[in-house]
Amino acid sequence: MTKTAERPPARAAAHPVPEPPPCAGDRRRRRLVDQARAYGFLLGGLLCFALFSWYPAIRAVVIAFQTYTPGSPPEWAGTANFTRVLHDPEFAAAWRNTLMFTLLALLIGFAIPFVLALVLNELRHAKAFFRVVVYLPVMIPPVVSALLWKWFYDPGAGLANEALRFLHLPTSHWSNGTDTALVSLVVVATWANMGGTVLIYLAALQSIPGELYEAAELDGANLLQRVRHVTVPQTRFVILMLMLLQIIATMQVFTEPFVITGGGPENATVTVLYLIYKYAFLYNDFGGACALSVMLLLLLGAFSAVYLRLTRSEEDTA
Amino acid sequence: MSTRTLVSPAALARPRGKAVYWTVFTAVLVLFALAFLFPVYWMVTGALKSPDEVARTPPTLVPEHWHPGGYTDAWDLMQLPQHLGNTLVQAAGAWAFQLVFCTAAAYSLSKLKPAFGKVVLGGILATLMVPAQALVVPKYLTVADLPLIHTSLLNDPLAVWLPAVANAFNLYLLKRFFDQLPREVLEAAEIDGAGRLRTLWSVVLPMSRPVLGVVSIFALVAVWQDFLWPLMVFSDTAKQPISVALVQLSQNIQLTVLIAAMVIASIPMVALFLVFQRHIIAGISAGSTKG
Repeated sequence: MTKTAERPPARAAAHPVPEPPPCAGDRRRRRLVDQARAYGFLLGGLLCFALFSWYPAIRAVVIAFQTYTPGSPPEWAGTANFTRVLHDPEFAAAWRNTLMFTLLALLIGFAIPFVLALVLNELRHAKAFFRVVVYLPVMIPPVVSALLWKWFYDPGAGLANEALRFLHLPTSHWSNGTDTALVSLVVVATWANMGGTVLIYLAALQSIPGELYEAAELDGANLLQRVRHVTVPQTRFVILMLMLLQIIATMQVFTEPFVITGGGPENATVTVLYLIYKYAFLYNDFGGACALSVMLLLLLGAFSAVYLRLTRSEEDTA
Repeated sequence: MSTRTLVSPAALARPRGKAVYWTVFTAVLVLFALAFLFPVYWMVTGALKSPDEVARTPPTLVPEHWHPGGYTDAWDLMQLPQHLGNTLVQAAGAWAFQLVFCTAAAYSLSKLKPAFGKVVLGGILATLMVPAQALVVPKYLTVADLPLIHTSLLNDPLAVWLPAVANAFNLYLLKRFFDQLPREVLEAAEIDGAGRLRTLWSVVLPMSRPVLGVVSIFALVAVWQDFLWPLMVFSDTAKQPISVALVQLSQNIQLTVLIAAMVIASIPMVALFLVFQRHIIAGISAGSTKG
């Protein structure tokens, strides 16, 4: 607010509007103008957040307790939506599948990228090539990779069974078998998303000071001991972050089951988000869909809160 | 960068170390080729096979006869120009809306000190805790009947453009970048008589090229890859983006034609990646270690 006083006289003369001497009323008006400008810039973004983030979040909770059909006025339904959803046999299946999917994605999709990054970090040749290749599937639209794997899993001329036959192994039903369908989808999701994880691990590995490895080697630590006592502790934070992010992402899986299996066979791959979609767009039951959304929201919100708390505290200590 | 890693340079220099290194190198090369490149190769060549050849067991590694007809059929039968056009319009609009509104909002929050700015920022960051997909149904209901003005945005690209602005991650990225811009530079512009908009346009934005590039790529890729939201919002086949159209049409179309369409749908993003690979990979690596 004191900028006007600092203005060099030569500039002030060149400026057409003469600055009046500051007084209390004038200062208040200027502050008001400043605020109006600040909110002018903020307005568009603020409106979009209000309409498409804050309002839907509140609405999910409200509609979860209503009987809601588009076009007619909503009616209060108490906890009827929750009880109906809880008694749906698909509900248990959807949660079981989602949690199982998340667990399998952690088992398969977690160790493999870490080991890959570890090995890639040791290679001295074709570094850029490996990074591009591992990230390539991430850039292929998820719908395309889902359709591509659906074709691979085809019981007839699918590549997956052809490979097994080539190796003289028994063929599998892949995404068409009740007990193999979920694992098959986890393989697709891992293949499609691994690139990002590998790149992040690589960045973390490169930030480990080389002296630590040297010191460990002088102390007589072999390769595995170095991994265990230097690499893992040094990247522990990144590992934890990625694990949480992956849990949050895989709990919302939809595209792979929708495109590859349609939730089948026998509900073996129905996920929570898929069930939300079904309630809304197949059963036209928006109250039930919102009741499910609220449950998913609470669970994922808890994970997100842990994630944000961890990143925050890490930034404070750094 | 030749910093010391897990294996010491001395160990690698020994004959045995060298042998092990090249064995591992070859193994990784073969593994990557099989796991990541071969599926893509299979897709590109699968579309070039005849319908009979694609269904044959054991399959042929290289198409016996080249049938580029798969690609032209996909282009015509599946109305790919129209769906690619829809995707392009949706992505470009979302990008433009995000750049304009997120940049303006981030600039305001960072430099213009709006009253309750902290509360607004808190509200925006809180949406990071709410995974977007969990809210698609109430968001859909909002878009289908906007509050107060009671207009439906269904089957309108605005249904993609406007919600794209509510991207807390990109907004926070921009705000954090603006926070780091030196105060003196902005004040100097103000003393020279530049208004807020002028300062933003000719001082802040030129200094923010790197972060604008990152936000642009994130915005484009997010819309191009999205499936669930456009599936809900665009029931009109003529308005559907390529991702939704592919799935809808996949049921009753010849396999080779579908595969060709999948290849075509992948080309824009893969090309974008190959052109900007260095920036994209650097962006992912840098963003991650900062948290």
